[in-house]
Amino acid sequence: MIIFATLRMSIRALRRNTLRTLLTMLGIIIGVGAVIAMVSIGNGAKAQVEAQIASLGQNVILVMSGNFSRGGFAMGFGSMPTLTKEDYESIRREVSGVAASSPEVRTAAQIAVGSQNINSSILGVGDEYPDVRSWPIASGAIFTEQDVRGANKVAVIGKTTATTLFGEGDPVGQIIRIKNAPFVVTGLLSSKGMSMMGQDQDDIVLVPYTSAMKRLSGVTTFRSFQIKSVSSEAVTEVQQQITDLLRQRHKIEPGKDDDFLVRTQQEITQTATEASRVMTLLLGSIASVSLLVGGIGIMNIMLVSVTERTREIGIRLAVGARSRDILLQFLIEAIALSLVGGILGIFLGMGGSTLVSSKMGWATLISMDSIVISFLFSGAIGIFFGFYPARKAAQLDPIDALRYE
Amino acid sequence: MKAEANGHPVIQLDEMSKTYHTGEVDVHAVRGVSLTVKPGEFLAIMGASGSGKSTMMNIIGCLDRPTGGRYLLDGVDVNDLNRDELALLRNQKLGFVFQGFNLLSRTSALENVELPMLYNRDGMSSREQRERGLKALEMVGLSDRADHHPNQLSGGQQQRVAIARSLVNEPKLLLADEPTGNLDSHTSIEIMGIFQKLNRQGMTVVMVTHELDIARYTMRNVVMRDGRVVSDVPVANRLDAADELEKLRAEQQAIQLAP
Ligand SMILES: Nc1ncnc2c1ncn2[C@@H]1O[C@H](COP(=O)(O)OP(=O)(O)OP(=O)(O)O)[C@@H](O)[C@H]1O
Ligand SMILES: [Mg+2]
Repeated sequence: MIIFATLRMSIRALRRNTLRTLLTMLGIIIGVGAVIAMVSIGNGAKAQVEAQIASLGQNVILVMSGNFSRGGFAMGFGSMPTLTKEDYESIRREVSGVAASSPEVRTAAQIAVGSQNINSSILGVGDEYPDVRSWPIASGAIFTEQDVRGANKVAVIGKTTATTLFGEGDPVGQIIRIKNAPFVVTGLLSSKGMSMMGQDQDDIVLVPYTSAMKRLSGVTTFRSFQIKSVSSEAVTEVQQQITDLLRQRHKIEPGKDDDFLVRTQQEITQTATEASRVMTLLLGSIASVSLLVGGIGIMNIMLVSVTERTREIGIRLAVGARSRDILLQFLIEAIALSLVGGILGIFLGMGGSTLVSSKMGWATLISMDSIVISFLFSGAIGIFFGFYPARKAAQLDPIDALRYE
Repeated sequence: MKAEANGHPVIQLDEMSKTYHTGEVDVHAVRGVSLTVKPGEFLAIMGASGSGKSTMMNIIGCLDRPTGGRYLLDGVDVNDLNRDELALLRNQKLGFVFQGFNLLSRTSALENVELPMLYNRDGMSSREQRERGLKALEMVGLSDRADHHPNQLSGGQQQRVAIARSLVNEPKLLLADEPTGNLDSHTSIEIMGIFQKLNRQGMTVVMVTHELDIARYTMRNVVMRDGRVVSDVPVANRLDAADELEKLRAEQQAIQLAP
């Protein structure tokens, strides 16, 4: 009733000066739009990190070689060669609850088929690698344990590599030359698509780690082991066993730091999620600054409006409007201004985020939360920045307001 | 419109004064006015410019407060009332007509008339408000202009919209500060006709004017000078607006018929 009539009145007052209303709302529109778009970019990144880590495979434990530091600068895990073939074999032998496992060495080499030459990343792994990574073979088979033991010249290739080298034809049984050594293709991996960093995960060649170490790179230590536990409940237990075993093998005294790192998939997810959460927060708070600026714009225009309409206020007071009626009128006007701006901003943000994902190829994720919060927040901005002008209007003296020129 | 049962005067001013403090000097706009207006009276307040008429009207209309003395409106001392209670009085008991009309410019005549009902606390339905608004417009003879905006209306029509607005909540007291100040004599008489009609129905009307002939349509003339009442007399040969309009029409016809 009175609220409804007041709302109608406010909307009419706003429509009377469409351009000004629109310009005033622009701050809120841009602010809300920026918040929605930024948060959607942050959330998209987070979702991708999570998907990426999930693609490691279920219940996977990652063992990385030592953190090599020199003069206080950490070079990152994997930079010191501490994981040996013997370490791997003893884990396989002594740790219980392991469903599948594989070590990993990485190298890049030139691959040739006929006159064709490409550079591809070569992964030296064990025969259980597809199992660990939950990465099925599309055609053919993974190389066998004997191939690994014998450091045989066999390979399993990714979809992109296969298409580049052989077109649409079946690569199984074909010969590829890696560093001039002929390798027989035994299998084709199913397609995995792009990684978060925009890398093509299907541009890959898997060979037995023994072959990679002996024939291709000459390294004798591993970058990491990937171990899959039998169940999610067993993960922690397996992690503990590996830690104990490696400490014992590396003769690390109690109280000293590990020279390796054992991380479960869950822990990695947590770290990555935390990082992207911080990023989302940062992007969101930068965008909120424009919301604040939008609010100040609303306050400014409402103050102008109160001054311009002093006579109107006087007339209303003269016919019996109470202070709170006037307060409500201007407050509702400010709230309407910011809410409509908020709604338009939501559309702008959604459009912007769609544009970013289509033009820049970034993953974006518009969450219902950010929409609802932006909407409520813009309403709150209307109340906060509209209150002072509205109160100024409500405190006018009837006779002074009527006399105002 | 309502019969006065409790016998209070509608307006009772006791040594009422108003002093404006502007900068160095104090302006004594009203200096101790005592005045009693009984229900059903029709009063004209007259006097030279600056004699304090508007100041007094604004106080009577509860738009302003006296700085000295007492003002009882319908037996209630307005000094005891707060801002919201005064707003309630303006809404329910008082109708105010201004010299400058004071209409909301971008809303229709009908919406202007409905405005006081928006702040009426009885919670009327919008349909009821509309009906009452139209009735008030009909009372001032403007039913056919309900949807016109003020800038589409003549001065006389605008003033009639303002009168309709002041009547719509059925006030006890109608106050008009130079309601005919901006109007030609014919339109002024029409406005006087409306006031006389309302007054005959029982409404108390107090009006400021500096036109002697307009004051003759009322029942009682109060003259002010320098913030004081210097004369307060009943009108001897009261004019009737309907008669005067009839006379005017006849005169005009005579002019047109003359060769
Ligand atoms: N807000 C104000 N501040 C200071 N002085 C004022 C104010 N309003 C009126 N006055 C002074 O009070 C005196 C009375 O003014 P008021 O408006 O009541 O006169 P009036 O009789 O209505 O005159 P008019 O016929 O010209 O309308 C004048 O001297 C005027 O200057
Ligand atoms: Mg005056």
